[in-house]
Amino acid sequence: MSAPVISVEGLSKRYYLSHQKRQDTLRDSLMHAFRQAGRRLAGAAEPGAGREEFWALRDVSFQVGQGEVVGIIGRNGAGKSTLLKLLSRISDPTSGRIRLRGRVASLLEVGTGFHPELTGRENIFLNGAILGMSRAEIRSKFNEIAAFAEVERFLDTQVKHYSSGMYVRLAFAVAAHLEPEILIVDEVLAVGDAEFQKRCIGKMRDITQSGRTVLLVSHNLGVIQSLCSHCLLLNQGRVVSHGAPAAALAAYLDAGTAQQSFRRPPDPAGRPTLTAGAIKAIEESDLLLELTVTSATARKVALEVRLSNLLGQPLGFGSLGAFRADQLLELPAGETHLTLRCSAGRLANGSYQLGLALSVPFVEFLDRVDDALAFDLQRMPEAGAHHVLVENWGYGATELVVRRLS
Amino acid sequence: MAPPETPELVLEAGRASRNYWRDLWRYRELLGFLAWRDVKIRYKQTVLGVLWALIQPAVTLAVFTFIFGKLAAMPSGGVPYPLLVLCGLLPWQLFAAAFSNASGSLVANTHLISKVYFPRLIVPLSSVAVALIDFVVMLGLLAALFAWWQFVPDWRVLLLPLFIGFTLLTAIGTGLWLTALTVKYRDFRFIVPFLLQIGLFLSPVGFSSTNLPNWRHLYALNPMVGAIDGFRWCLLHGEPALDPLTLAISVGMTGLLLVSGLWYFRRTERTFADLI
Repeated sequence: MSAPVISVEGLSKRYYLSHQKRQDTLRDSLMHAFRQAGRRLAGAAEPGAGREEFWALRDVSFQVGQGEVVGIIGRNGAGKSTLLKLLSRISDPTSGRIRLRGRVASLLEVGTGFHPELTGRENIFLNGAILGMSRAEIRSKFNEIAAFAEVERFLDTQVKHYSSGMYVRLAFAVAAHLEPEILIVDEVLAVGDAEFQKRCIGKMRDITQSGRTVLLVSHNLGVIQSLCSHCLLLNQGRVVSHGAPAAALAAYLDAGTAQQSFRRPPDPAGRPTLTAGAIKAIEESDLLLELTVTSATARKVALEVRLSNLLGQPLGFGSLGAFRADQLLELPAGETHLTLRCSAGRLANGSYQLGLALSVPFVEFLDRVDDALAFDLQRMPEAGAHHVLVENWGYGATELVVRRLS
Repeated sequence: MAPPETPELVLEAGRASRNYWRDLWRYRELLGFLAWRDVKIRYKQTVLGVLWALIQPAVTLAVFTFIFGKLAAMPSGGVPYPLLVLCGLLPWQLFAAAFSNASGSLVANTHLISKVYFPRLIVPLSSVAVALIDFVVMLGLLAALFAWWQFVPDWRVLLLPLFIGFTLLTAIGTGLWLTALTVKYRDFRFIVPFLLQIGLFLSPVGFSSTNLPNWRHLYALNPMVGAIDGFRWCLLHGEPALDPLTLAISVGMTGLLLVSGLWYFRRTERTFADLI
């Protein structure tokens, strides 16, 4: 066994979340600029004000040997993308160390640097150079790339006239012909039509069997299982499991059902915060939720409920106040206890999670808890039925009601 | 292709890459590609195309000749006044275009910076190339006017490339500061056009710097004074004569801007992807 190709020791990355609205208009920018300048002149703002620390990665250590294909899985916000960004040198770790032996190419997005005004031919060269290929290398693979993308007839057409399918095919084709020693790939298989996806996965398999070291993030657990020799499971910035894919996938799916309640500190600035929540009961597809919202001042806010599967793919959205102003919550100063019934229709049997958020609709974003609560749903078949739809059959999460009319 | 031996790369907090300059050299093809991209799309979907590089300076030239030459009747040292103005406008336009391109370059390439690694210095450097294209077009305007007045530059014109380089370095030095600051504070986007507008009048574009005999050295703290004096000296038979101290002060300022700009850029570039 030779020395590891990638060795990561105690890697951490801290971000500061600033609680500000985005400045999208010129007026907002100017207002913001003046206010900031005024505050700075007055010396009122201490550097940490309005910022919240957030550790996207915490003390992550692992090693990858030559030729291993490592799948990285975890829920949204687990730190997968951050890890890839650090490994591909796009951003800098806050602490810890990464050692890389070999040329790294990373593919965090399909078609990085494509310019719509340039032709397909020009974009192949530009994109190849951006991904780290030399001009000679691109030239020698040019025909192969064009053939793989099936755009030979349109090579001298501006990319802006391409269909989205052609665009994606061309972009993936360039990336697939990279030949680095270490390849880092983020979620790029989630593009294109089913036919092309199949070819992409085939290409990925070729790459993984060519002895190259690959790190791959995907939400598609089937792909991870079939392509990867190892699997790294992240949760809230930490490594939970690293080993054979089967074990990590099992741990991943188990971890999802753990959280039946949560508790969080109130916002130091006094803005409305979801400070506690729990699932009290599940009756058929209805959830009974108990939530606590803490606010320093009386506010009128909307509560948003987001339903997703354990992979983080959104399945549904509901709200008190986002759609109907008469349902807005009137919060007095202090703690408010809410009991809610949330109806998910005819949800398939399976495991799900809920995200919660507070906002003033279309004006201000106040608080959000991603993956706040997780639950297992087991419905009994209705009278006369044999089965309930099961989520992991792959048909989706809602059982449709079909009735014969004639 | 991959080099035969693969040295270990260590990434650590706050550790400056030892191979930075070698990396920059390795990525020179990317620099070329980005410059080529900018040039290529510059005049796409315009009717007049490259003519735009002529129209703007031609109008400015006419207006400045009228205001400074006719209304204010400033002395020109025996040179036709439009030539005096054009020899000032030439470096100024080069600086203005290079500086504003470089300043906006990082934010304009956000999608690259947040998705791919390369030495970030490539972005502002490549953005300067477009300014050179427009500059070459303007040299054509200069040649036409020189022919009209039957004015032939002497041997000094051979030194012009030095001053072109000097103008570009000035633009890069200031551009590095502004583009790195813009990543964090978008406020600086508003400052760039303002600086250029003020700078046009604070530089001796419409008149000769010899009109300020007592202030000349202080004036040279604006490095464009040195650049414009140099252009005129090269193109207009050494008229006005180059003052060595003025030139030295301008060169010193540019050196300072460049070194400090590089320092600030290198110091902040590792956080660009997180902030942009």
